[in-house]
Amino acid sequence: MLEIKNLHASVEDKEILKGIDLKVNAGEVHAIMGPNGSGKSTLAEVIAGQEEFEVGEGSILLDGEDLGELSPEERAHKGVFLSFQYPVEIPGVSVTNFMKTAINESRKAQGLEDMPANEMLKKIREKSEMLEIDRKFLSRSLNEGFSGGEKKRNEIFQMAMMEPKLAILDETDSGLDIDALRIVANGVNKLRGKDNAIIVITHYQRLLEYIVPDFVHVLYNGKIVKSGTKELALELEEKGYDWLKEEAAV
Amino acid sequence: MDLKEKLVSSFLAFEDGLDLDHPVHEERSNAIKNFETKGFPTKKDEAWKYTSLKSLEKVDFSIFPKHETTLEYKDIKKYFLHEIDTYKIVFVDGVYSSYLSETTHDEVDICLMSSAFSKDMFRPVLEVYFNKVASKDESLTSLNTAFSKEGAYIYIPKNKMPKKPIQILHLATGNEAALMLQPRNLIVAEDNAEVQIIERHQSLTGNEVFTNSVTEIFAGRDAIVDYYKVQNDDATASLVDNTYISQKDNSVVRVHTFSFGGKLIRNNLNFYQNGERIDSTLKGVTILSDKQHVDHHTLVHHAQPNCESHQDYKGIFGDSSTGVFNGRIIVDKIAQKTDAFQQNNNILLSDRSTINSKPQLEIFADDVKCSHGCTIGQLDEEALFYLRSRGIPKKEAKALLMYAFANNVLESVRIPELKARINKIIANKLGVRMGFDL
Repeated sequence: MLEIKNLHASVEDKEILKGIDLKVNAGEVHAIMGPNGSGKSTLAEVIAGQEEFEVGEGSILLDGEDLGELSPEERAHKGVFLSFQYPVEIPGVSVTNFMKTAINESRKAQGLEDMPANEMLKKIREKSEMLEIDRKFLSRSLNEGFSGGEKKRNEIFQMAMMEPKLAILDETDSGLDIDALRIVANGVNKLRGKDNAIIVITHYQRLLEYIVPDFVHVLYNGKIVKSGTKELALELEEKGYDWLKEEAAV
Repeated sequence: MDLKEKLVSSFLAFEDGLDLDHPVHEERSNAIKNFETKGFPTKKDEAWKYTSLKSLEKVDFSIFPKHETTLEYKDIKKYFLHEIDTYKIVFVDGVYSSYLSETTHDEVDICLMSSAFSKDMFRPVLEVYFNKVASKDESLTSLNTAFSKEGAYIYIPKNKMPKKPIQILHLATGNEAALMLQPRNLIVAEDNAEVQIIERHQSLTGNEVFTNSVTEIFAGRDAIVDYYKVQNDDATASLVDNTYISQKDNSVVRVHTFSFGGKLIRNNLNFYQNGERIDSTLKGVTILSDKQHVDHHTLVHHAQPNCESHQDYKGIFGDSSTGVFNGRIIVDKIAQKTDAFQQNNNILLSDRSTINSKPQLEIFADDVKCSHGCTIGQLDEEALFYLRSRGIPKKEAKALLMYAFANNVLESVRIPELKARINKIIANKLGVRMGFDL
């Protein structure tokens, strides 16, 4: 489904991604781990189309189509979803109406009519219940005054609403207590299917106990230095990243 | 002959058609003298530092329209808030159009100034209120007073409330190559009365129009007045709006000013609090493009204790547009426990757009709460990416952010249909087809 080939990206002449290769098939969950500053969030944002980064060499293919020239919204219309590490506060736009706008704009791009209001409401009710989100919460301004955990839960709610083909969860576990983590992970697991794929970016093994990955990759200094199965995450938890840094330096 | 000379020399001809013995006529005579002495304000006047009327002074404006024009309702329907039933006071090229209007004298008086000036029964009200809060010093207000003849006259007696909102619509047909209009409105809400008014100036062609309007509003004890100004005029229409408000104990007056179009707009909005526990609200949304210019000069004079004022002006400036916000708050020594809030937030969309924002607080009391804040920034790129990553296209995402930025000003609009209409105008202005049903 997703094929990243030799991807390079830089910001203000500083190269952050230095040749990433990654292949994610439909139905798979991949975890990307790595120390701070290794380029994990950059990778996530570059896939989502953040224009702040300059993509040099390499390509990102979704179902064989090069995303390179596509805007963030066009990528979203093709089924790319990014759960933000730091969701942006948007005063004046309620969660519900933001979702209505997002879904209907995506439908418009696909030549579909607006989703009927009752269908939309039903979906909002269903997905918010799945993530144990209080109804009152949905009429509040998007992310404004939300706690860290509420923001992350709201991201997964949006994911559930958008039903993306490829979801990238950027440190969705940070800011979550154990109960919230369980709810969020449970929500993500319900969204797993044979036709979609999920990339989970995290520092810690903890989240991976709940969202069990098929593959684990370690990103260090802009490159994937090691790939393996879920056991790799346990090994990292135990040994830290230093041994990989040394290995990469060789 | 420049515009000032033309106006001054026209005054004699104007007087010809008036009742010179009417008590208000002396006000006109004094006013023309003041205007003759002072003339049009220039950039040398501190209050007019950023707004120049020079180019308007060179235009050969018709001061009295030569033709009477009739318009079909269907052609101008869109300028009305037609989704709800309202009273209507409509002027075409400064002349009252009974055909397009819907007035009443049933318990309340919703009619026109010319009839208030000419009928004896209105004389006592005029003697008490006419030109009593409007400045006798400010030259453009004097100019309007001198030529005061037509406009909306709204009188709501004690404990009354009109059955529906009132729309005041000033239309310019373009039958004159260039037309100057000077409407004069008087609005009185006696004790415990309530009224909602929507005012709009609309030019129907590309011919030049210059409107110098004065509105006096009096709110009695416990009265509630909501006044909405919709400024979305043609690019060749200029407006100087002078509004003066006098409030008594416990009254609430809210003025919302929506400035989306026109060549030059100057709003002089003046609140005078003459009682205790008064609430004055001044809100504005300004969205400009091209070379448009809007200047908001507000004044809130807290003259008694325990009163509040809330000011919130949002501005979005694209292309080479320019904005001015000057918010003056005076708190007299005896006006203890005043709570005065002022906020002015601006977004500059282009590096050619300009905003000059200035709070001007003059506080003489020592136990007050006065806060003011001003921001000038660009659209938040992070927020834009966030919205776009959810599938909302760039243009719509920008529009959504701009709308959200202005949204809390719209929240206090108490006529839902008007709010919906303003939303539609904003969507048009931002070039998107969105409901903004936020």
